[in-house]
Amino acid sequence: MSTPASGLAQIGKSVVIKGELSGSEDLYLDGQVEGSIALKGNSLTVGPNGQVKASVDAKAIVVQGKLEGNIQASDRVDLRKSATVTGDITAQRISIEEGAFLKGKVDIHRTDAK
Amino acid sequence: MSSVSQTFMKLFRGSSGPDAVPAQGSQKLTRRSSGLGELTRSWESAEDLCVLDLGSTSPANIRHFTEHGHRIYSEDLLTASTDPDLLTKDEQGNVILDSRKFLADNLVYPAAHFDFVLCWNLPDYLDESLVKPVVGRLWSVLKPGGMLLAFFHTRDAGPDSPCHRFHIVGADILEMQKIVMRREARRGPTGAVHTAISDGFQLQRVFNNRHIENLFRDFASIKFFLARDNVREVLVVR
Repeated sequence: MSTPASGLAQIGKSVVIKGELSGSEDLYLDGQVEGSIALKGNSLTVGPNGQVKASVDAKAIVVQGKLEGNIQASDRVDLRKSATVTGDITAQRISIEEGAFLKGKVDIHRTDAK
Repeated sequence: MSSVSQTFMKLFRGSSGPDAVPAQGSQKLTRRSSGLGELTRSWESAEDLCVLDLGSTSPANIRHFTEHGHRIYSEDLLTASTDPDLLTKDEQGNVILDSRKFLADNLVYPAAHFDFVLCWNLPDYLDESLVKPVVGRLWSVLKPGGMLLAFFHTRDAGPDSPCHRFHIVGADILEMQKIVMRREARRGPTGAVHTAISDGFQLQRVFNNRHIENLFRDFASIKFFLARDNVREVLVVR
């Protein structure tokens, strides 16, 4: 189970947020968020205690906890073995560990290699 | 209510006792699948297909389709059917699962959306009250000409046949993995939190050819492949 790197913006497991969450830095989220998350150009990690009910738009998204909502990643999505995701995933690359649960669509958008 | 819950879980887990404790290992067996081979020939030359996988989330299957530029939907219907909120009683007072509620929460897609549906062994393990409604919904979400692959045990397989998940590892090769324990806390009808164990699904019945033909009677065609491991593969076309 990966832990957040020091210096990384974090939302702890006792924090509950309802509304729009946006930013321009990487975020480690181990609490509850309901609404939407936009971190364009940055990465989001939903920790093992994280419970997200939101659409998520980021460069890279790692899920270890629970996420309900559509995921849009300009680069990659990484579902770890403890992940439970209900929603559609659109990304350039996806990695799903054995044991992860997904209910939804996976759509890979590739940019042509130059 | 507890006895109802126990009955409900018994539907899926079979008898309790040491034998019901699942193996934690993820032992995998491979098998050749004529049905998959035929499907592969159909989707090899196609582009931008829409595929529905009704088994447990399979990284291998997701990789298999996304690598070829197709869209894949993953929906574990067997696990979804263990939701205690689905419990209801029929007119005779028998405990059944509410198929309307089940279909309101699952398999919610536009009509004629999918080119292929991978049903795997779902009908064999799904509760009786859900089988026909689910097949009806699958007919409607398949495109005309779309194909569905399902596996049915033959009588020789016996009632204790383990429930497997299926990973596509070749054009006609499947890796079979016994479903391992997954515990999930759910809130039951009384508001109490239960631990649902989606392991060790019990074979609910054995369909013969006539039953299978009846089940898929709304489809345009049906093809049987008898495999060596007491499994009948069925490929139906809408």
